[in-house]
Amino acid sequence: MSLYGADLLALLPELIVVVAACLVISLDPITPASRQDLLAWLSVGALALCLGLTGWQINALNIRVSAFSDLVVIDAYARFWKILLYGVAGLTILMSMPYLKAERIQLGEYYGFILLALSGMMVMVSSADLLTLYLGTELMSLSLYVMAGLNRSKPRSLEAAAKYFVLGAFSSGILLYGISLLYGVAGSTKLASIAGAIGTRGADDPLVLIATILIAVGFCFKLAAVPFHMWTPDVYQGAPTSVTAFMAVAAKAASFAAFMRVFVEGLGGLKADWSFLFLLIAVVTLVLGNVVAIVQTNIKRMLAYSSIAHAGYALIGFVAAGRGVGASGGTPGLASIMIYLILYSFMTLGAFAVIGMLRKGGIEGEEIEDFTGLAKRQPLAAFLMLIFMGSLAGIPPTAGFIGKFYVFMAAVEAGLAWLAAIALLFAVVSAYYYMRVVMVMYMRDPIPSSVAPPRLVTSPALSFVLACAVAGVILFGLYPNPLVSFALQSVLTLK
Amino acid sequence: MTSSFPWLSLLLVLPLAGAVAMYFVTESAARWIALAATLADLFVALPLWWLFDPQASQMQFTEHVAWITSPPIYYSLGLDGISLPLVLMTAGIMPLCVLVSWNAITTSIRGFMAVLLVMETAMVGVFVALDFILFYVFWEAMLISMYLLIGVWGGPNLLYAAIKFFLYTLAGSVLLLVAIFVLYFYGGHTFDILALSQGTYPASLQTWLFLAFFAAFAVKVPMFPFHTWLPDAHVEAPTAGSVILASILLKMGTYGFLRFSLPMLPDASRIFTPMIVALSIIAIIYGAYMALAQVDLKKLIAYSSVSHMGFVTLGLFVLNQQGIEGAVLQMVNHGITTGGLFLCVGIIYERTHSRLIADNTGLAAPMPQYAVLLMIFALSSLGLPGTNSFVGEFLVLVGTFLWSKVATAFASLGVILAAAYILWMIQRVVFGAPSPHHLPKLRDLDQRELAMLVPLVLLIFWIGLYPNPFVSRMHQSVTNTIASMSREKGAPTTHLSAGGTAPLLVDSGEQQMTQGPSR
Repeated sequence: MSLYGADLLALLPELIVVVAACLVISLDPITPASRQDLLAWLSVGALALCLGLTGWQINALNIRVSAFSDLVVIDAYARFWKILLYGVAGLTILMSMPYLKAERIQLGEYYGFILLALSGMMVMVSSADLLTLYLGTELMSLSLYVMAGLNRSKPRSLEAAAKYFVLGAFSSGILLYGISLLYGVAGSTKLASIAGAIGTRGADDPLVLIATILIAVGFCFKLAAVPFHMWTPDVYQGAPTSVTAFMAVAAKAASFAAFMRVFVEGLGGLKADWSFLFLLIAVVTLVLGNVVAIVQTNIKRMLAYSSIAHAGYALIGFVAAGRGVGASGGTPGLASIMIYLILYSFMTLGAFAVIGMLRKGGIEGEEIEDFTGLAKRQPLAAFLMLIFMGSLAGIPPTAGFIGKFYVFMAAVEAGLAWLAAIALLFAVVSAYYYMRVVMVMYMRDPIPSSVAPPRLVTSPALSFVLACAVAGVILFGLYPNPLVSFALQSVLTLK
Repeated sequence: MTSSFPWLSLLLVLPLAGAVAMYFVTESAARWIALAATLADLFVALPLWWLFDPQASQMQFTEHVAWITSPPIYYSLGLDGISLPLVLMTAGIMPLCVLVSWNAITTSIRGFMAVLLVMETAMVGVFVALDFILFYVFWEAMLISMYLLIGVWGGPNLLYAAIKFFLYTLAGSVLLLVAIFVLYFYGGHTFDILALSQGTYPASLQTWLFLAFFAAFAVKVPMFPFHTWLPDAHVEAPTAGSVILASILLKMGTYGFLRFSLPMLPDASRIFTPMIVALSIIAIIYGAYMALAQVDLKKLIAYSSVSHMGFVTLGLFVLNQQGIEGAVLQMVNHGITTGGLFLCVGIIYERTHSRLIADNTGLAAPMPQYAVLLMIFALSSLGLPGTNSFVGEFLVLVGTFLWSKVATAFASLGVILAAAYILWMIQRVVFGAPSPHHLPKLRDLDQRELAMLVPLVLLIFWIGLYPNPFVSRMHQSVTNTIASMSREKGAPTTHLSAGGTAPLLVDSGEQQMTQGPSR
C-alpha cells in the first residue's frame, strides 16, 4: 500500500468521485423519496471538494506528474479539462433536480451515474496509456447508456439507450482493434512508446496507418463527427433532456481532450496524414450538421445536429494544429479547441436547461413550435434563449463569437483561409435555424388553444444554472482574456 | 486637438445605459427615458463639432485600452473628418426615431426602445472603432437588433423581410471576418486599422481581400445587384427602422469602402474601379427606373435610396478628392433627406394607415404644413440647387468628370430620372385630388412632428447654402486617404491626389451655394 501512496494521492480526485458515486448508490434505497435532493447535494459537495483538490494538486503549470508507472498523467492540460468537467457535472446535477421531479423519474442512482461517468471522463483526460484511456471511455459510455434509458416509461428513451449501446459498443470495438494494432507496432500501449516506435518505423508503415484510421474512427463516433454521427439525433432526442445536455457537453469535451492527447502525444509523427483526414471529416461534418438541422422541428433534434456541426468547427482547430506552421507550432489550434469547447458548454447547457423546464401542462415542450410567443408570456426566459441561440450562431458580442474567432484565426494562420471561409458561410446557414427559434419566440403570436401554453417552470436551482450559463456567455464574450490565457498555458504541457 | 476626456466612450455608454434602464421602468416612462438617452447622446456629440481640429491629420479624441491580450485587440476609438459627420448624423437622427415611434409603436414599448438604444451604441461604435475586431463586433451586434426591430414591430410580411435582411448581411460580413484574419497575419500581427492602412500587400492577395470586403460592404450599401433585400426590409420595418436603415445603416457600407478598401487595398481598388463605377451607374439608373414604377411610397423611397447610394459609391471609386468629398457629403445628405422622407411617410401612415400613393393624394389642402415640408425633402432628394443634395451630387459628378466623361453623362441621367419620379410623386401626393374617404383623418402636423422635421429642413438648407464647415472638416482626412492610396505607386503620379485641388474644391462648393438660390 505504501508503495502506491504517491500514486493514489495523485488520483485522489478520481477516487473521491468514485467513492461519492458508490455512496450515492448505496444510500439511495434508504433515502425517502422526499429527501432525494440530499443525494444531489452530496454529489455537488464531492465535486466542490475535487475542484479545490485539482486546483491545489497542480498549482504550478509546468508540473507533469505521472502515476502508476506512466499509466496516468496529471498535468495542466488535464487540470483544464477536469475543471471544465466538474463545472459541467455540477450544473447538470443542479439542472436535473427540478427536471427529474417534473418528469417523475426521481432515481437516486441517477446522480451516482453522473459521478461514475464523470470519473470515466477524468480518467480519459488524464490517461497517458491507450488502455487507461479505453477504460475511461468505457466507464463513461456505460454510465451514459444507462442514463439515456432512464425514462423507462418512454419508448423513445429506451430506443435511445439501445441504439446508443449497440453503436457505442461497436465503436469501442473498433477503437480497441486500433489499440491492439498499435501494441503490435510498439510493443506497448503507452503514448510515449508509441510515438517513439512511429519515429523509428517511419510514418508510412501501413500497419501504423491502419491503426491510426481505426482509432480515428473510434473517436469520431464519440465526437459525433460525420459519417459516424448516426446515433446522435436519436439519442439526443430520446434521452432525458438533462442527460442530453450532459452528453452534448461533458462527453464531447472529454472525448476531444483524450482525442487531442492521443493524436498529438502518441500519433504526432503522422500529423501530415491525419490532418488531411480530419480536414475532410471537418468539412462534411459541419456541412451536414448545419444543413440537416434546418429541417428539424424538434428542438432537441435540431440541437443534436447543431452539436454535430460544432464538432466540425472544433475539428477545424485540430486540422490547423496538425498543419502546425508558423512560429507558434500547433498551439493556437489546440488552444482554440479548448476555448471553443468551454464556451460551447455554457451556451449548450443554458439552451438545454430552458428546453428541459419548458412545460406544457406537465409535459416537456420539445417542439420548436412550443416556443411560439414565449416572449409575450415570459420575456426574460425568451431573452435568455435569444442569447443562447445568438451565441450558438456565433454573433458577437457573445461567447460563441469568441470561440469561432479563435478557431478560424488558427485556421487562417495555418494557411486554411478557404476552409475558414467555407465554415463561416455555413455558420450563416446555422444562423437561419437558430434564428428560427428566436423568430417563433418573438415574432409569432401564440395559437389560441384550450391547452395552457408552454411555460418555463422556474426553481432556484434552474435559475442558478441559467444565471451561470448566461454569465459565461456574456462575460466571456466581452472579456475572454482569463479563459484564453488559461487555455494557452494549459496546452503547453501537451506534447 | 486630443482631449483626455473620453467623449467617444461616453457616446457609446449613454444609449446602452438607457437600454439597461428599460428593464426597470414602466411602459409609459420608456418613451421619455429613451428620448432623454438619445438627446443626452446628441448633446455629448455636438461639442465634438467645435472641438474637432480640421487642420489635424491624425485621429482625434482617441482612446486606446487593451481589451484582449492574445491576440492583441484594443478598445481603440477615434474620430477623423470622415467619421465625425457620420457620428453627428447618427446622434442627431436617433432622437427623431424615438419621437416618430411615440404613438406608432403600441406593443412592448420598452423592448422597442431598448433595441433602438442598443442599435445607437452599435452604429456609433462602427464609425468610431479603430480596431478591426472592435469594428466587427459593433458591425455584427447591430444585425440582431435590426432583425428584431423589423421582425417584431414590422409590417405584415415581416418574417420574410427580417430573415432576408439578416442572412444577406450576415453572409457578407463573415467573409469580412476571414479577410480581417488574413490581414492580421500579413500586416504584422495587428488589428489596428491605422497600422493596417499603412501596410502594403501583394497584389493577388489584395484582389481576394477586396472581394471579401466587397461582399460585406456592397450588401450593406446596397449596391446593384445585392440590393434586393432593401425594398423588402424598408416596406416591413416600422418607421423608425426605415429611418435608421436608410439614414445610418446604408452608410456603414460606404464608410467601410472608404475606411478599409481604399487605404488598405489601393491596387485592387484601382483594378476594380471600372467594375464598381459600372455597378454604381447601373444602380443610379436602375434604382431611379424602379422608383418610377412604385405605387408604395416606402418602396419608392427605398429604390431612390439605391439610386442615391449609387452616387456615393461612384464618388468613392473615381478616387479623387472631389469625388470622395462629394461622396462623404452625400452620405450625410442622404441620411438627412431620406430620413426626412421616411419620417413624412410614417406621419401620413399614422393617419391613413396606408402607404400607397393612391390613398394619400391631395394633401396640400388639408395638411398645408406637412405638404410644404414634404416638398422640401422631395426637392432636396432630386438635388435642387440650394439644397444639400445638389452640393454632394455636384461634387461627385465633378469627380466623375475627371475620371470619365461618358460615365458622367450616364450618371447625370440619374439626376434627370430623379426629377421625374420625385415630381410625379409630389404631383400626386401633394396636388392630387384628396380622397373624401380619408379627408376627416387628415389633421396637420402637431408639435412633436414639427420638432422632428424642422431640424432636418434647417440642415438641408445649411448644407445646401454653406457646405464649407462640412467640407473643410473632412478635407484633411480625405487628403490622407488619397495620399495613402498613392504610396504604392511610388511617385505621386496623378494630378488628383495633390493638395492643390483641394481649395479649388471648397471654392466650387461655395460657388454653387451662391449660384443655387439665384437660379
